[in-house]
Amino acid sequence: MLPEYGHFALILALVLALLQASLPLIGALTGNRALMATARSLAAGQFVFISLSFIVLCALFMQSDFSVVLVARHSNTLLPDIFKFSAVWGNHEGSLLLWVWILSLWSVAVALFSRQLPLDMVARVLSVMGMISIGFLLFSLLTSNPFARQLFNVPAEGADLNPLLQDFGLVIHPPMLYVGYVGFSVAFAFAIAALSSGRLDTAWARWSRPWTNIAWAFLTVGIALGSWWAYYELGWGGWWFWDPVENASFMPWIIGTALIHSLAATEKRGVFNSWTVLLAIIAFSLSLLGTFLVRSGVLTSVHSFAADPERGMFILIFLFLVVGGSLTLYALRAPTVASRSHFAWLSREFFLLINNVLLLVAMLTVLFGTLFPLLMDAMGMGKYSVGPPYFNAVFVPIMALLFVFMGIGPSARWKKTSALYLRGQLLTAALVSVACGLLFPLLLGESYSVAAALAVCFSLWLILSMVVDIREKTRNAVNLVAGLKRLTRAYYGMVLGHVGMAICALGVCLTSQYSVERDLRMQPGDIAEMAGYQFEFKGSKKIQGPNYAGERGLINVLQNGELIAELKPEKRRYFAQQGQVMTEADIDAGLMRDLYVAMGEPLANDAWAVRLHYKPFVRWMWLGGLIMAFGAVLAALDKRYRLKATANNKRAADSAAALSIG
Amino acid sequence: MHPVRKQRLIVVLLIVAGSAIAVALAAYALRSNINLFYPPSDIAAGKAPVGKNMRAGGMVLEGSVKRDPDSLRVDFIVTDYSANVPVTYVGILPDLFDEGQGVVASGQLNEQGVFIATEVLAKHDENYMPPEVQSALDAAQQNGDKAAAPLN
Repeated sequence: MLPEYGHFALILALVLALLQASLPLIGALTGNRALMATARSLAAGQFVFISLSFIVLCALFMQSDFSVVLVARHSNTLLPDIFKFSAVWGNHEGSLLLWVWILSLWSVAVALFSRQLPLDMVARVLSVMGMISIGFLLFSLLTSNPFARQLFNVPAEGADLNPLLQDFGLVIHPPMLYVGYVGFSVAFAFAIAALSSGRLDTAWARWSRPWTNIAWAFLTVGIALGSWWAYYELGWGGWWFWDPVENASFMPWIIGTALIHSLAATEKRGVFNSWTVLLAIIAFSLSLLGTFLVRSGVLTSVHSFAADPERGMFILIFLFLVVGGSLTLYALRAPTVASRSHFAWLSREFFLLINNVLLLVAMLTVLFGTLFPLLMDAMGMGKYSVGPPYFNAVFVPIMALLFVFMGIGPSARWKKTSALYLRGQLLTAALVSVACGLLFPLLLGESYSVAAALAVCFSLWLILSMVVDIREKTRNAVNLVAGLKRLTRAYYGMVLGHVGMAICALGVCLTSQYSVERDLRMQPGDIAEMAGYQFEFKGSKKIQGPNYAGERGLINVLQNGELIAELKPEKRRYFAQQGQVMTEADIDAGLMRDLYVAMGEPLANDAWAVRLHYKPFVRWMWLGGLIMAFGAVLAALDKRYRLKATANNKRAADSAAALSIG
Repeated sequence: MHPVRKQRLIVVLLIVAGSAIAVALAAYALRSNINLFYPPSDIAAGKAPVGKNMRAGGMVLEGSVKRDPDSLRVDFIVTDYSANVPVTYVGILPDLFDEGQGVVASGQLNEQGVFIATEVLAKHDENYMPPEVQSALDAAQQNGDKAAAPLN
């Protein structure tokens, strides 16, 4: 009976979603406060039922109930418990349920932390989120029911989870990514609510900012985790492939970044109002587009589960409804709002505008590269693939340009700033970063790398410009510590965001430039020399895991005759699924470099094909991502988002504070 | 001109300029960096260009995989069951590479009609087939049916 309960809970959640989408909106349109007030309880109710459904699915996986088709296809009794649990979202149906559950989580969070918002705004926002929820619940129930049963011929054993997904990375990467992806629905809902109520003022920007920041932070962590997982799990040391599905998560990230910045301008100065709304719509539309690309099976990718045109059609229609509906609303309402203030050419507004233009262009080039093969195929012009060379050639120059302005923007003042002032502030930083950038490759490599020089130039410029700005902002304080204490969390968030970006870019560029990779045939006793390290292959022995058997190699890494690491890469053959083979790389990780070893295939005479990598600075890119995400969270926790509440309503503020403590 | 209009005009010009740069970059990058996929039938029929980056794919013919004993060189044959293309690759093959399985290789075709692969991709789980390979097989199947029809 358990699966039926889960199914039933999902249907009840759909009924509540229908009510949540309609009642509060009717209330807001007719001024009926009682109807508006239903929004919060309906969101909570929906959360309870979707949670119930999700818990049931988890329980079914934990119990290995193979009468449920999904469990039979994606789990196995031999699977360790943690992977039985993560198998819940290691497939199409389950990951969709996770998606809907996270959407309800965001809805209930909005319901809880919106005490300072006018009631009709809450009603409109939650009603929009209810509409999105209807779409995804229908999708789940109509095309991808996770609780479908096979009551006859129940298999004794499940087919097992794809071994690639039996990994800790998969336990956390999808939930993080989804929290970010779906989180943009909040910014979207706020934008639509503001449009529909006709109140496109600075207030909605202030309400959306913390939500957008948090969503963006999760998306950043999700993407970084995905990259890290691919790096150690796919067995060949790659960390970003410009795979269509990676792009699908990267495009909302780029536009989310633009949105965070344009929200700042809208809130502080009342400019770019309608532009910001448009960005919020684009960000969420790209999330939906990503879902379509991943879930329709139109793409070749590690992320695509088996193809199903019906599902693709459903999401495509939903995508058109959402994009079409919101753009129509935008076209009707946006022309009525005009920016009320002006700004000079040299001003922070202007630099934020450049940021937005560059990020939008960057997103469009990625979108073009992602959709080009699909369009050509659809028109019958041949089956093309657009690979990393295209994306690198297009994306990297745009980012370099962005970095130049990222350094100047924070030092510029709102409304008007003088060129002379900017030059006085930043000239030294610019000169120092160029000098250090040019010198850097001389220290590191035997051959001079121009790309590395440029990477150090731009990244250092970004970091130094932050240092200059902090010094300027603390200039009037009694001493440095007092000055630093006076700076707001939002400011520190911005600094961390920019510094994290610089560190990430350094990691990406330097590891691309200085990595060394060799594929070798190694017999026991063979020693390979690479990047100043000696890799000695000691041979391999048989191993036995819970649901696989395999071989484990031993490679001693020596530097100057001293043993610095014993690496044990594995080759596994999983029992289920006709014995799928998996490579488990072993990594000696470090802040300055990773040594990465993977076993290819067994050859004659106990020899193995072995892959050796030396990857300097590779950790920096994920570290940078984490710093950026931390910055965004810090900014979202800035006091002023709560101070407003105190001014408006003391009681509401108390309850909000109680919630944020609890 | 009204200052607000002027500002708006310049903003629009900026966006146009930005997009123009992006389009130029994209066009330049696309010229050399996109690879067309050719099924084995097309390659065997001489429809694929020699010495140009492209992708080829199909099923790995049973019994065709030969490993060089002293290096990482592997030779195998890719087929859509109506035509065969020999492929040479030096390096480590993906985990799910096997005889009778679908693969997509990128590289160049040489004068002798051998495909020199620089990268070999296999499918990533047991139930999944790269769409290019599937459509190549379907096309070969259809042609085969057409050819066989008059005999029946």
